[in-house]
Amino acid sequence: MSDPREFSSAVQPMVNPLASSPQFHVSAELEAEVQELISHYPEKRSAVLMVLHEVQERFGFISQESVMWISGKLDLQPINVLELVTFYPMFRQQPVGKYQVKICRTLSCALGGAYELHEHVCNRLGLDAHAHGIQTSKDKMFSVEFVECLASCGTAPAMMVNEDFQEGVTTQNADLMIHECRKKGN
Amino acid sequence: MPQEFRLILKNIDQSGFTNDLACYLRHGGYVALKQALDLQPKSLPDGKVQTGPEQIREEVKASGLRGRGGAGFSAGLKWSFVDRRSGKPIYLICNADESEPGTFKDRQILHKDPHQLIEGMVISCYANDVKLAYIYVRGEFPEGARILKRALEEARANGYLGKNILGSGFDLDIFIHRGAGAYICGEETGLIESLEGKRAYPRIKPPYFPAILGLYMCPTIVNNVETLCHVRHVITMGASAYAKLGTPNNTGTRIVSLSGHVKRPGYYEIEVGKVTLGELIHAPNFGGGLREGRSLKAIIPGGSSSKIFRAGEIFKLKRKGADGLVTNVDVDLLDIPYDFDSLQAAGSMSGSSAIIVMDDSTDMVKALANLSEFYAHESCGQCTPCREGSLWMSKALHRMTHGGARKQDADYLHKTATNIQGRTICAFGEACAWPVISFVNKFRDEFEARGVEDEVRAASQTGGGVPPI
Ligand SMILES: Cc1cc2nc3c(=O)[nH]c(=O)nc-3n(C[C@H](O)[C@H](O)[C@H](O)COP(=O)(O)O)c2cc1C
Ligand code: SF4
Ligand code: FES
Repeated sequence: MSDPREFSSAVQPMVNPLASSPQFHVSAELEAEVQELISHYPEKRSAVLMVLHEVQERFGFISQESVMWISGKLDLQPINVLELVTFYPMFRQQPVGKYQVKICRTLSCALGGAYELHEHVCNRLGLDAHAHGIQTSKDKMFSVEFVECLASCGTAPAMMVNEDFQEGVTTQNADLMIHECRKKGN
Repeated sequence: MPQEFRLILKNIDQSGFTNDLACYLRHGGYVALKQALDLQPKSLPDGKVQTGPEQIREEVKASGLRGRGGAGFSAGLKWSFVDRRSGKPIYLICNADESEPGTFKDRQILHKDPHQLIEGMVISCYANDVKLAYIYVRGEFPEGARILKRALEEARANGYLGKNILGSGFDLDIFIHRGAGAYICGEETGLIESLEGKRAYPRIKPPYFPAILGLYMCPTIVNNVETLCHVRHVITMGASAYAKLGTPNNTGTRIVSLSGHVKRPGYYEIEVGKVTLGELIHAPNFGGGLREGRSLKAIIPGGSSSKIFRAGEIFKLKRKGADGLVTNVDVDLLDIPYDFDSLQAAGSMSGSSAIIVMDDSTDMVKALANLSEFYAHESCGQCTPCREGSLWMSKALHRMTHGGARKQDADYLHKTATNIQGRTICAFGEACAWPVISFVNKFRDEFEARGVEDEVRAASQTGGGVPPI
């Protein structure tokens, strides 16, 4: 091969799965929290999951910009952070609704009516219950996701709304939850 | 009538018991820690001197305590494998990833009695010369992580954690590490990788036994939440009194998570082996029986990865008679004592002690399809048999539950599962194969009937032939 550039021009650029967030801005408070987390471990890299949680809590999802920032903070390559975002299901690659509803789909909850609950919630919010992955309502208020066992199998079906656990959820409970969130939401 | 025996859950759900330090202290909290730190070196008959930490390790071994996370391995033996000569720091990690479907016991402890866990951990760390420990909490427990964090701060501020604990000269810190929704982080070497900030790819054993090459390639102990809580009670009760709880080789108490088609699902703490499967399901103070008009069809006895039982099964189990002789006797499924050894002898396991009950309204093909979807989603993807096999099985079961079953599917599923087990890096291979193998073995009639039904229907619609996959 004569000119290596000839070969590389044939290679497709890699598509970054993460959305961009140009307004990504780090507060002094987040900066301090990250320093605290790093101090918990003998090796900096160990803090990365905890830092990803902190970032996602504040910005709603993990953006390209935040991956660059985190990798800089922890002396890692961006790929070392990106590969975690794509491996761990809780990290979101795109913005989601204001209220994130996770409904458990695993066996005990399925026996307790989780599929019916999921279908009901999706219908209420105008979402496709049979589509794959996380679904967000048009008004960006709700995201609904079927997830695996939430360790609340004795009070099936179980559901999480943001960080709130809800147990033994009936369709009426779900309607009430949607109503309350809408009331708070705007 | 069999009763609950609340040792770990003693205070949990009692009115007036809150999860703060002051309340824990009022209920005898951190007394075990004082006792452990006060142990004086003891001279043995052979002239050797046993230190306090060595005495605790001996007690834990003598108590017969077995791990409550899944494998039921002796805690004392696990601790004895720790490499104490490497000169490297020793780490301890509490496994609070609780993600085995059906299991919801550790969450009760984290939320309602976090100091009990912290006390158990501090004692365990003192016993093993650990200066830095972590609690790996599953990502879906944000509230649990917050409660624990506050409890750790309280403990630190009051001298139960940090430098020079209770004036003993022993230093320890404990930090919380949160997972992010991946089941495989519960597997101890996957958990360690995850704590190191990587994907939770389990490590191959040998050589990566945590006791020798664990966190940061240092000796590491990984124990379940409930196991570490028991250590506190072994200290206050003494090993021999603790070992009188439960049954020989299955000592102490255990929290059972009961879910599915029973009237009273919930968590129940029992003396290991003193209550039978049938009592757990039917006794009015436990599961309270099935819903009106329903009969029992199947039991998953130890979390979704354990092999399923079919109602009415009879097992040959060893029983010791009054004359001390051991004979093989026929035991009905419902008369199996709920313990480590009996369930294993019956071909399954007590695993994470999570019982999922299914009544005669349950479609077994659909139930297995549900579980297989879980495993296909959660395989970490390192090993080809597990990554591909779990997906094949899930796809076949999806087809079977959507009108496209074939007669040979039962064999196909069985063969695929059999080809996964024993050929993978970690025990997830078995965890995804066992449900499939056991469902097909025990309910083959149902799987085959589904195939016949769909083939007949397809033939009548298309004028012959097998429906396309
Ligand atoms: C796929 C898989 C998932 C596991 N998940 C958990 C879990 O969620 N919690 C847990 O304590 N142990 C889990 N274990 C068992 C751990 O690997 C380990 O044996 C246990 O934490 C040891 O603690 P113990 O000896 O106190 O039981 C899992 C094992 C496997 C193979
Ligand atoms: S058996 Fe499955 S989960 Fe375990 S390492 Fe292999 S691919 Fe990963
Ligand atoms: S199966 Fe739904 S919480 Fe466990």
